[in-house]
Amino acid sequence: MRYYDKLIFELSKPGRQGWSLPENRWKESTDDLPDGLKRTTPPLLPQVSEPDVVRHYVNLSDMNFGVDTGFYPLGSCTMKYNPKIGEETASHPGFASLHPLQPAETVQGAMEVHAELSRCLCSLTGMSAFTLNPFAGAHGELTGLMIMRQYHISKGDMKRTRIIVPDSAHGTNPASAAVCGLQVVEVKSTPEGLIDINDLKPLLDDSVAGIMMTNPNTLGLFETEIKEIASSVHAAGGLLYYDGANMNALLGKVRPGDMGFDIMHLNLHKTFSTPHGGGGPGAGPVGVAPHLAGLLPSPAVRKIKNAQGEDIYEMVENPDGPGRISGFAGNFGVLMKAYAYILSLGRENVKKVGPYSVLAANYVKESLKDRYRLPVDSLCKHEFVFDGLIRGNAGTDSEVTTLDVAKRLLDCGFHAPTIYFPLLFHQSIMIEPTETESKETLDAFIQAMRTIADEAVSRPELLKSAPHNTPVRRPDETLAATRPVLRYRAD
Amino acid sequence: MSRIMDGLLYSESHEWVKVDGDTATIGITDFAQKSMGNIVYVDMPEEDDEVSQNEEFGALESVKAASDLYAPVSGTVTETNSELDDEPGLLNSDPYSNWIIKVRMSDPAETEALMDAAAYEAFLAAQA
Amino acid sequence: MGFAYFPHTDEDIREMLGRIGSASLDDLYSDVPEDVIYKGDFDIPNAMSEMEIRRKFADMAGKNVRLKIFAGGGAYDHYSPAAIQSVISRSEFLTSYTPYQAEVSQGTLRYIFEFQSMMAGLTGMDCANASMYDGPTSAAEAAMMSTACTKKKKRVLLSGTLLPQVLDVVRTYARFHGIEVMTVPGLDGVSDMAAMEKELQSGDVAGVMVPGINRFGIIENFEGLSDAVHSAKALLIIYSDPSSLAVIKTPGEWGADIVCGEAQTLGIPLSFGGPYLGFLCCRKEFVRKMPGRIAGETTDADGKRCYVLTLQAREQHIRREKATSNICSNQSLMALYAAVYLSLMGPSGLKRVNDLSYGGAHYLHSELLKTGLFSDAFPGRKFLKEFAVVPAIPVKELQDRLVRNGYFGALSCGDGIVTFCVTEKRTKEEIDGLISVIRRK
Repeated sequence: MRYYDKLIFELSKPGRQGWSLPENRWKESTDDLPDGLKRTTPPLLPQVSEPDVVRHYVNLSDMNFGVDTGFYPLGSCTMKYNPKIGEETASHPGFASLHPLQPAETVQGAMEVHAELSRCLCSLTGMSAFTLNPFAGAHGELTGLMIMRQYHISKGDMKRTRIIVPDSAHGTNPASAAVCGLQVVEVKSTPEGLIDINDLKPLLDDSVAGIMMTNPNTLGLFETEIKEIASSVHAAGGLLYYDGANMNALLGKVRPGDMGFDIMHLNLHKTFSTPHGGGGPGAGPVGVAPHLAGLLPSPAVRKIKNAQGEDIYEMVENPDGPGRISGFAGNFGVLMKAYAYILSLGRENVKKVGPYSVLAANYVKESLKDRYRLPVDSLCKHEFVFDGLIRGNAGTDSEVTTLDVAKRLLDCGFHAPTIYFPLLFHQSIMIEPTETESKETLDAFIQAMRTIADEAVSRPELLKSAPHNTPVRRPDETLAATRPVLRYRAD
Repeated sequence: MSRIMDGLLYSESHEWVKVDGDTATIGITDFAQKSMGNIVYVDMPEEDDEVSQNEEFGALESVKAASDLYAPVSGTVTETNSELDDEPGLLNSDPYSNWIIKVRMSDPAETEALMDAAAYEAFLAAQA
Repeated sequence: MGFAYFPHTDEDIREMLGRIGSASLDDLYSDVPEDVIYKGDFDIPNAMSEMEIRRKFADMAGKNVRLKIFAGGGAYDHYSPAAIQSVISRSEFLTSYTPYQAEVSQGTLRYIFEFQSMMAGLTGMDCANASMYDGPTSAAEAAMMSTACTKKKKRVLLSGTLLPQVLDVVRTYARFHGIEVMTVPGLDGVSDMAAMEKELQSGDVAGVMVPGINRFGIIENFEGLSDAVHSAKALLIIYSDPSSLAVIKTPGEWGADIVCGEAQTLGIPLSFGGPYLGFLCCRKEFVRKMPGRIAGETTDADGKRCYVLTLQAREQHIRREKATSNICSNQSLMALYAAVYLSLMGPSGLKRVNDLSYGGAHYLHSELLKTGLFSDAFPGRKFLKEFAVVPAIPVKELQDRLVRNGYFGALSCGDGIVTFCVTEKRTKEEIDGLISVIRRK
């Protein structure tokens, strides 16, 4: 990686252009619009040639780390390899040129992708129906909670406005609940990081809409009491929501539907290998159990028989659902990539995804737990959490923090793990290796982590001032937030 | 060790109050600023807004945290410290000489629920 | 049999299990209750080779029909320069995560900063966020944001001339979030200012949302609206097509407080509805209530200029249930798409795009009227690339005839009104072809 300082605006020179468009041979142009409707000054956009534009963005890309660059052990993010066939299929002109409002008979292939992907996801999760409309995990959560509320409202039960969320949950869970108009009630975790059933049971009354859970949980531990939690929540009239953030651990092995969950979302950009794209676009399909199948948002793809008895697809509105949560029917390009991934895995290989991801996580955990503090020493699933370095073995490492370890890893050519989450510990380091990393890669990472643990004793100042080999080093975030500069200005 | 000033009243949510007639000047304690880290923004009410004892009247933001501010007394906001708009870090450098809002109290008797310096010191010790 | 994305050999697996102290892969699930382990077969196809997958998608693509697009309705068939695909295919962009580790994410952070700058410039607003999911969800976020900025007020007015899917999504969010929305029906094809001003007098309105270019393609005129909205201590929200803002009066010039909308028009393929690119801009006093990611400029330990995600105290991972929104991502790669598009186009290219669309749309409009089979739905209203007419033939019959001949147009807006749309991609031959299909009995 190489530091490159320019902004595209700084390459701009009046008179340059990067576009190639035909002359305007029409009789009219926007100059004919009345002045009162026209912009008075041209917008501040760069004026650059095409080669300058391409070189600029290629230079920017050289300051970025991706899964294709190196190992990305980012806990709870499932940074697995993104198969290239997915990119090829998603840009197929036979799909990319389709207008979302085209008549059904002209988009049968696109709707087949919808229907077939939904069917596969149902089988893999034990759910009965899916909507592919949500654009991201958080959007899926919100949609799922709307379905939960809609279910209670449809039964005339208006007072269920509270939702139980574990104290270890990611902040998105309570935020989604709040957007959905639900009051959040926290349930405590046991010292092992599991839901405390004794704390949960007294919370279950007729004001509870349901509970949001991940399983395995944020610490990568399987909630072994899940069946009892499910029966208790159901007995109280509530529903169980499964946050699919950690589904990769279970793919091919355990299905949320079989654990008693009623509603769930999947992150296709995690479990189903679509690229993260620097923060999106993703997709957060929502699956529901049979009794909620009529409550999905609009629009939905439905399979029917035509006059000749053949299967055809149509796009329908669902008047019983929560309504529309997206302009059209989801991030279709992302759905294509996920479907291509499932087709390449097939019914046999899909059974190995969860086990291989769990194998990798336990292997790394066991290889490092003599140097990093492991608060819960047991079998983990796809990820695990250290609480910083084991301290005091040489007496000098006490000031080295998780942040220092993470920044030093960047020097070693690895992305940093997730740090300071979950909040249950002060020095959390959350590691998720995924099933697509080879033993050699994992061994190299383990070696780097062990070397850093040594350095914490022998050369702590090296860690405190890390990273040393990256394009920039420890940006001043306080300055950024105190005096926000959020756009380029010409002066 | 956090500094505590004699002559001020304190709330359990770590705001201080200086009473002058029916005017209460409100800020945050040294303990509060230390636990926030570098403060980057102070969300303040507007003049003439009503605040109620123990209810939220604003928030502090640092880079990685946010913390609500709770009114130690009820009343009408008469003034806000506009210096904090440009220099929120003043609350870090000297939390006791940099106040956040002034309130005309609607019920001065509410101050009886607050702690004096000695009681607040004991409260902090018990928290540790 | 091996598999292309699994690197482990049998020996690797044995060694790894050995270090863990587990006898088998099944043993790794010994903590999971036996009765939830799935033992059946999945109802998914057998593994396909890459060639089979290509064939499968080619077959499915063959069941779609590629039409000449003369429709808009919230998704527009604009031209996409070749250089974009080349840039966004870079693995370093495509396969990276959200740029939390700023030291190894300067590429992403810098293009987000550029995107924010370009959107602020186009809309005439102070600042922009790193993007939203799509136009309609950006409108829902803008509506919620207006209530957050106006403390205690919970009512939002929506102009009935907004796209139907925008109205629907805002209504869905509002119903669950606990905001009252009121749709004020349009009048003569545009927002009914008088009716909205009347509603404002109740004093409980947080925001008023109107479209810069509406569902009929009409460029709306908001003379005096911002004064009325602001004197009622409410915020003006304008739902915009950023492509059009190279030429038409900007939300900033109309006095808007928040701008939202769909930026798919910046060269992003139709792709059957997604991924698209929502955006959100605002005046600077509201930036700390704005949802979504925001990149900001700062300096690093060596004093070098660099970029970070900033103002994060607004966001869900810190504020939890008190966050400004639950959104915790953006359509980052699509923002890169738009940034590269706008870099290539610049002010002159974007104006050319609008001129070509305008010229083509006005040609089609006059040719349709000449057939005698159409009348103007809202005579005298100004439009850019999309317009509304009333056909003398039944709408369904018209639509079917167009599709049979390879054209997609005449989107139904109800009341016997249909819209057509022409972008810079449509040639005179294509427009004349469409007209001849319509003239043919």
